Parts: sequence; C-alpha cells; structure tokens
Amino acid sequence: MSYVKLQNITKRFGSVVAVNDLSIEIEKGECFSMLGPSGCGKTTTLRMLAGFEDLDEGEISVGEQLFSSSHKGYYLPPEKRNFGMVFQAFAVWPHLNVFNNVAFPLQIRGLSRAEIGERTKSAILHTGLARYENAYPNELSSGQKQRIALARAIAINPAVMLLDEPLSNLDPKLREEMRFEIKDLQRKFGFTIVFVTHDQSEAMALSDRILVMRDGVAQQIDTPLNIYTKPANRFIFSFIGLSNFLPVVVKKGSVYIEGVEDSGPVSKTLPDGVSSDRLTLACRPSEVDLVKSGGVKAIVKRKVYLGEIIDYRIMVGGTEVRVQKGRRSTHFAEGDTCCLKFSRPIWYPGD
Amino acid sequence: MLGRYIKSVGIAELLLALSVLILVVVVAVPVLLIVWTALFVDGQLNIKDIVMVLSEPDTYEALKNSLVIAGGVTFLSTIIGVFFAWLVSRTDLPFKNTMKLLFLIPFMLPSFIGALAWKMLLSPRSGYVNKFLMNTFGLEDSPFDIYGLIGIIAVETMYLFPFVFIQVSGALERMDPTLEESARISGAGLLTITRKITLPLMLPSIVAGALLVALYSLAHFGVPAILGTEVGIYNIPTKIYERIYQSAGSFDAIRTGTILSSILVISAGLILYAQSFILKAGRFQVIAGKSMRPTLLKLRGLKMPLLVLSILYIAITVILPTVTIFMVGSLKTYGLEFNLENMTLDNLTYILFDWKMTKDAIWNSFYLSLAAAFVTMLVGTLISYVIVKMKVRGKFILEFLGVLPFSLPGTVIALGVILMWSGKFGINLYNTAWIIFVAYVARYMAFSLKSNSAALEQVHDSLEEAARACGATHWQALKDIVIPLIKPGMVAAFFLIFLPALRELTTSVLLYGPTTRTIGVAIYTLNEDGETVYAAALASIALVIIVVGQLVIKRITRSNVEGV
Repeated sequence: MSYVKLQNITKRFGSVVAVNDLSIEIEKGECFSMLGPSGCGKTTTLRMLAGFEDLDEGEISVGEQLFSSSHKGYYLPPEKRNFGMVFQAFAVWPHLNVFNNVAFPLQIRGLSRAEIGERTKSAILHTGLARYENAYPNELSSGQKQRIALARAIAINPAVMLLDEPLSNLDPKLREEMRFEIKDLQRKFGFTIVFVTHDQSEAMALSDRILVMRDGVAQQIDTPLNIYTKPANRFIFSFIGLSNFLPVVVKKGSVYIEGVEDSGPVSKTLPDGVSSDRLTLACRPSEVDLVKSGGVKAIVKRKVYLGEIIDYRIMVGGTEVRVQKGRRSTHFAEGDTCCLKFSRPIWYPGD
Repeated sequence: MLGRYIKSVGIAELLLALSVLILVVVVAVPVLLIVWTALFVDGQLNIKDIVMVLSEPDTYEALKNSLVIAGGVTFLSTIIGVFFAWLVSRTDLPFKNTMKLLFLIPFMLPSFIGALAWKMLLSPRSGYVNKFLMNTFGLEDSPFDIYGLIGIIAVETMYLFPFVFIQVSGALERMDPTLEESARISGAGLLTITRKITLPLMLPSIVAGALLVALYSLAHFGVPAILGTEVGIYNIPTKIYERIYQSAGSFDAIRTGTILSSILVISAGLILYAQSFILKAGRFQVIAGKSMRPTLLKLRGLKMPLLVLSILYIAITVILPTVTIFMVGSLKTYGLEFNLENMTLDNLTYILFDWKMTKDAIWNSFYLSLAAAFVTMLVGTLISYVIVKMKVRGKFILEFLGVLPFSLPGTVIALGVILMWSGKFGINLYNTAWIIFVAYVARYMAFSLKSNSAALEQVHDSLEEAARACGATHWQALKDIVIPLIKPGMVAAFFLIFLPALRELTTSVLLYGPTTRTIGVAIYTLNEDGETVYAAALASIALVIIVVGQLVIKRITRSNVEGV
C-alpha cells in the first residue's frame, strides 16, 4: 500500500530538465533514500515533495491528500503539508534558544502553552539535548545543532520526515552515530523517511529502498542489497562502490578479455540475452582472486599496504585492474606475473 | 643566520615606526590639538568656557538641530532602505536587478548638488515646482518650502538611504534560505516568517546601516548649508563654518569650533562603538552553505503598483534633480522659463574656458584628488600591511590609530589641520593647496585602510611564506607575491578616494584660500553669491565627471577581477 506517491513528475529550470518523468511510490513507515551525484535532481525532487518547488508535470500526493498537481493546477504550500524536515546546513535559528527553536512549529499551530512545553521537552529529551534547553545555537557544536533540527522536525510528530543531506556537514564519526539515532527515532515515532544523499554508504545503512538518479532520470529503485549486487547499469555499478571495467570479446560461445585471449576464457557460458560480440566485465576489487596459476595472465604494477588490506594495481591486457586482498593472503611483489580469477563478474554492453 | 634575523626585525620595526609617524602627524596630533584647544586656555583647564559656549542659545540650537536632523534622516533612511532592500531581494518585483542598480545611484551623487537642485525646484519664491503649481491652480501661497528642518531631512534621506539599502539587501542575499524554509515547513506563513525569523536575523545589518547614516548625517555640511543657513537653521558643521567665517578665523571662533568638534568626535566614537558592539553580538551564522534561490513573495496584484512606486521614487529623487541642474545650468538668467529661446551653452564655455575662478577650481580639485588618492593609497597599503601581516611589538598603537580616521567628521579634520599647519609648529600651509592635501589624506585614510586590509586579509600568510621558502627576501616576496595579489584592493582604494575627493565640500570649505577653491567650494560659493545659473552649470560639469569616473572604475575593477 503506497503512501507517498510521486507520479510522472517533471521539473525544468529554463532549458535544463532537472527531473524527468519520475515516478516513486513509498510505503508508510519506509525509509526511502534518493541517491546520486550532485545535480542529478534528487534535491529538486525532495523540494517538490516539500512544496518549495512547483511541478511542471505530474502529481504528488500523501495518503489520501493531493499535494501538487500540474494538470489540476493545484499546489499546497509547504506550511500546510505537515512534514518534518532537516536541512544540510542545519537551518536552526540563531536568535532563538534551543527550546524556542523546537517549540516554533508548535507555537505556529497555536497549541496551548502547557502542550507546547510538554511536547517540546519530549522532543528535546529524545534527541539528547535536555541539558541545552536554554542554550543558543552558536554555543553548540554542529552535531548538537543538527539535533536541534531533528528535535524541531519531530516536535509536531509528522507522518513523513524529509531529510536533505542531513549528515554531510558533520564529521565522519558523528555521521555514523547520527545514522543510528535517526533510525532509533524512526522506530520510536514510526514516521516515513524520505532521505536525500550523495553518500552511498549512508544510503545503504539507513534505507529500506534506494532510488539511484542520474541527470534527472531514475536509474534503479531497489533494496540496498540488490543495488549493490545487481546494479542495473554501469553508472550504478561505478557509483555504488569501487569498480573495475574490462573490455571483453565473445568468440565461439566463450568470453575472453581483450588482449589476453591466449590465457583462456573468463567465462565459457554467455550471459543471458547477449547479441553483441563486445561486452564489458564489471567487478569489485574485493571480488577478484589473485592466484599463481589457473586464470587470466597479468602483471603486478603497484602494491600498497592499507593496513588490514593490500591494494594491488594489476595490468591485464591493456587495462589496469584494482584488486584488494586481506593482508594474510598470498603476497605478490611489484613486477610479478600472476593470474586473475573473477568470482562474480557482471556483464554490461561493450563500449 | 642570526645577523640576518636581527636585520629583518629591524626593517619591521622601521616600517612600524614610519606608519605610526604618518598616522600621528596626519591624524592623531590634529585631533589632540582640537581636544586640547577645547579644554585648555593658556595652559589651564577651563571647563567654565565650555559650559558657556554650549549654553549660548545658537550653539545649543545647532546641537539640537544636528540631533533632530540626524534622528529624522536615520529613521526615514532605515524605513526606506529596508523596504526597498526587501522589495528587490525577497519579492518577484519585475526588473529587480535594474532596480537594484538604480537604488544605488543616489550614493554617487553629491548631496549638496541635490540640495541645490531641490532649492531650485521647491524654494518658496522662485522654485519651479512651486511656480508651476501656483500658476496652474491659481494659489496665493507657494505649497512647498524646502528651507528648514523638514526639507533638510528629506533631501539628506534621499542620498543617505543607500547605506541601509546596501547593508540589508546584501545580508538578505547572503542569508541561508533554509532558515526561512525550515520555518515554512514548520507551518509558518510568509508574514509570520518575515516577522519572527527574517527581521530578527536582519536586525544587526539594519542597525549597522542606520548607524552609518546617523554618523554621516550628524557631521554633514552641504545640505544644511544650502537649505538651512538662509533661514537661520544651523547644525554643528554649519555653525562652526559660520563662526569661523564671520570672525575671519579668530581664535575665539576656532575655539568654539573645537568645542563643537569634540562633541562630534565623541558622538561619532559612540556610534562606531555601538556599531561594533551590535555587529559582534549579532554575528549570527546566517551565510548560506549551498546556494539555493530563496522563496520569493509573490506580489500578485501589488506587482505593478510597487514597480511604479519604485520607478517614481527614482524619478523624483534622482532624475528630476539631475535634469534640473542641467536645465538651470543652461539658462541665460535664473528664473526664466525653460524653453529653447532662453537656453544657451555660454555658461558652460564661460566656466570651462574663460573664468579663471572656475577653471582654477576644476584644476585644483583634479590634482588635489589625484595626489591625495595616490599618496593615501600607498600609505594605507603600508599601514595595513603592518597591521594585518607583521608581528611586531607595539602594533596595538597602530591598530588604535588606524581606527581613529573612521570616526573623524570632515569638519573636525579641517579644524585639526588648521590648528596643526598654520604656523604653530613652524610650518604654515594656511591658504595654500597643501593644507587641503593634508586634510584629504587624513579624511580618506580610513577608506584606504579598509580596502587595503580587506585585500591583505585575503592573502594567506602561507603564500608569502612559500615565497620566502623558495629563497625570496622579504622585499622580493612583497614585490613579487603580495603586491600583485592586493593590486585590485589598492586600485579600489585609489578610486574610493579619488572620486569623493573630487566633489569634497565639508573639509575644503573651511580651508580654501583665494586661489585654492575646489569644485565643491566653487559651486557652494557661487550659490551663496546668488550666481545660481553658474553654480548649476559647474554642478552639471561635476556630475558628468562623476558619472564618467564611475564608469571608468567599473571597467577597471572588472578587468582587474578577470585578471585575478
């Protein structure tokens, strides 16, 4: 049962199509993230959902309520949408103390003093700010500022929480900590999360489903596991983690790496639905085996210790491949010949 | 190595000493002389005289008028400045960018020329608008009278409101739009947001702009001199001028001047202190992280009326007075009707080529501004370098002296240089162009320091250190790395001094001698002598020079920016 619905939405800025015919259905209580490089349209999509941007085409609704519709010419302003929202730059008001920042949305709704006090205190308590109720934002750290923003967003107990890169202004350690806190808050309050990020590990850690976007077009909507193990195209594969791409050729039903056909095929069965004789083999550096014999012949070019793992740059044919092995695996020196085995290759059309 | 180290410390201290010396001679001693003259008579503290001078009805009246004018101008400028700033940066007003540039024009027009124009339009007997209205509607009395406090306040406001406008529109544009968006998503409408979020966040900028207006208006000479003196209304600067000129520079008059000046210095100091205090207290982090367009208020039905209002405001405050100056400047005699028969170019040719007084004035203004701008720029670079970059003991003296010029009104500087350079210390520059030059250097040092230190602060210490690490000496690092990098700041400082100095009035009017009139002084005295047509003709030449100058600056600063 989908709850937040974006149907065929399109947004243009001048001649640039920022979001192109995008459709998303998000379920109640789901944590849904939009992932992509900057300029891919993810933030614009979130801002259309929030009501800060109009749609050029399409319709947005939450539950039974219509929020925006281009063909009906309908547009509900952001202040009427009852979302909670957290921004990248925190956006806490420097002239108000923590209590008044968090109480603001409740005051706007004209609640009684007692209720405002009670709900504000509860939100402050849940975000770990109890000691700082009377502090002003400029006296607090960036992590605490982001907690104020979170408290302010949960104060009205929203059904949907919009998060616009809320963690990217924090340092890495704090970022990981806040992921868990956001997840805990979601469990406690049961809101639906729509989350925008350019950080794939953040999206993986938080989401039930991920939408990968590029140039305003949806690339894949799937679970984090499927996005990682079955990327729908080369772009997603390379965006989601470290990646190698090797040109391969198909000869007599087997697949060979270009330039080293004499060391035998990498695969004796053709991937499904292949018609071309040129393909690309995609693999992660951790999913390549490095052995003395019995694979594709290659030469070790560079070797770097990264503590727990060893990072090799290896020349196969004319292509450089990155391979990462545990430090307890068999070592190869720079200049050694070696053999590569691809344990989980993924095939994409050739260049 | 040790020898070399000691040597470079020597240079640093030499530079420090030189900078301190310049600031002491040009700025500090004149100010001290003013305070000394105000407080002491024949070497003895004399408070009684001060009380006496201040309780004279006409000095007391001047003090009161200064306050009333500054208060009124500040109030009106704040309202107008904030309103237009909000209109161009937070609404969907059409032609916003053009309107924004138009609102800055009053800044470059000399307000005393504006006052002159308004006198021609709205003086009760001969003002063109008054005459037109009386003829059209058959009125007995003239409907407007520009002379007086209200006229002075209105005209000063027209030329000073950009101080607030620039501060507030800049702050509105730099403000992080998510501060407003988060209020919106919290359920607040645009009016609530403006009241509870935007205005409180803008308050420091509004107050900073308002205080600048107050500072400027309190010590302003031109407008009150033209629109007040005639009906016996004086503020502090015009009172000082009147006293000194009535008595042909007697010591008593100068002493009264120093007492009134001390009050100006103290108020200016208080205003600047309040400003730095407010800016520090209100230094909110409201600068945007990533640039997003803020939500613009849709004006809907009000769009056209507000656009018309803005255009009318510009037309009345900028175009009407400018056109009036040019029209009157080409009349055969003041008071004639505007038609082609009565118009002539003779005034212009007479002023530019035949009349020695005006020719001298134009030439004086040119070379004095050029020399003052060049010297002040160089000295300012030196002093800023010591303040911003060098680690020398005793720098705090320089920092203190460096702030001083910011709080010195033009009248005070004029009195200070009179006391300093009229023979008391063996050098008598009175009635020469040199005394005006020295005064300009003191008056515009603040501009040069501001522009140069801003540029120097952009040059990270490591750039100079990298040059030293590559084997450059201190001087080579300065010459090849630092100076090329701050050149735009130096050029900006030069023009920031050159253009205002060209049209300077407040200081020059107390210092000019028979052959050392400047353009500003010449326009002012021509107007005083009733030569309205020639005053307007010279003013129109001044306006042309100013506009051309502004265009040249724009070109130069733009190519500079591209160069870097």
